[in-house]
Amino acid sequence: MTISKTETLPVRSGDDVVRVRQRVRALAIEIGLGLVDQTKIVTAASELARNTLDYGKGGDVRAEIVQAGLRKGLRLTFEDQGPGIADIDQAMTDRFTTGGGMGLGLGGAKRLSSEFHIESTPGTGTRVTIARWK
Amino acid sequence: MSMDGAEVLSRTVTQDEAAILEAWLASLREGASLQSGRIREAELQTQAKTVFGQLREALEGGLDADGGSFAPLRETLGEISRSRAIQGFTPTDTANFIFALKEPIFESLRRTAGSDASDLAAGIVAVGKMLDRLGLHTMEVFLASREEVIGRQGQEIAELSTPVVRLWDGILALPLIGTLDSARTGVVMENLLQAIVDEEAEIAIIDITGVPTVDTLVAQHLLKTVAAARLMGADCIVSGIRPQIAQTMVHLGVELNVVSKATLADAFAVALKQTGRKVVRQQAAPTVERR
Repeated sequence: MTISKTETLPVRSGDDVVRVRQRVRALAIEIGLGLVDQTKIVTAASELARNTLDYGKGGDVRAEIVQAGLRKGLRLTFEDQGPGIADIDQAMTDRFTTGGGMGLGLGGAKRLSSEFHIESTPGTGTRVTIARWK
Repeated sequence: MSMDGAEVLSRTVTQDEAAILEAWLASLREGASLQSGRIREAELQTQAKTVFGQLREALEGGLDADGGSFAPLRETLGEISRSRAIQGFTPTDTANFIFALKEPIFESLRRTAGSDASDLAAGIVAVGKMLDRLGLHTMEVFLASREEVIGRQGQEIAELSTPVVRLWDGILALPLIGTLDSARTGVVMENLLQAIVDEEAEIAIIDITGVPTVDTLVAQHLLKTVAAARLMGADCIVSGIRPQIAQTMVHLGVELNVVSKATLADAFAVALKQTGRKVVRQQAAPTVERR
């Protein structure tokens, strides 16, 4: 698998979340994702970027265009140095929230992506990686 | 005995005023600001003369560009940058106004200092420091004015983009455009609830055709708005959910427990029906002649 393009975007404010969405949409169009897939990855990115901001106290998003054979994909990595998640299974459960949201963000992002990976260490931070393949 | 930078500079700009001013204007004329026709030559000349006069006076109080003697000069430069920011000058053009003064003063220092190398060096260092400081000041004002413009536009967009439209007696429409963050939802909800009271509305149609991304936060805001409208006694219909957004919302697991329709027209038809009305065609549609 080769990475043909990498960008890093900061997530420090609500405006940054909007910028992440716009950038992800542009990259999704660049690799030729259809309208539905574009909307899916943009929405997933929006959820995860807002998690990074609200729960992780801000962080970064790394966006990569990856290629495996003839398939192209968009991979996004959301990283923060926040308090971390103690119980990931619980966090992934729909309707579970600690912040007054709908509690659908993490589970929803997983259902909207082709690949989903989450790792978190309490006290150190959280990293969520998603990918959408063409 | 050699003089310090301030004295050298003060002497030079007093003695050689005409020559420096002329060289400065010549260099400004070459710059892009005049070429683009955004500013007239007469205006540029007046600005240059005012700035130069104030610079001469300021130098009598020392070299500190942040000091009290430079206050009127900073004020004038601030006004010039502000007007340039609004007129749409580039940052380079704006900063060059003051930086273009460097070379003419260097030239003049060389002429007036004669053979005294230490005077010349002291003068050049002093000019460099002072003009750089003033250049940065113009940039700061320039950026601040741009930010002011952007901030004002942001506010205008927020106000303009949340109109509540009366479609019929008791039927309101709220076309949402752009990103629906917490701040905007507040404005939207306030406008809608007030309009429901003012218009004695029974039905409010919230159209989200112009909302590019519907994530859980937007959905939550929508549901809160709908719930608040219900408490006011008005039913809500959500319209303008595009196919890709419908699919995405299903994957997200968001359930909008409201009546929803694909287009505003469909939603309006439902609203008319619910209020006991019907749109009827009075005449048959004009038939198109076929050959």
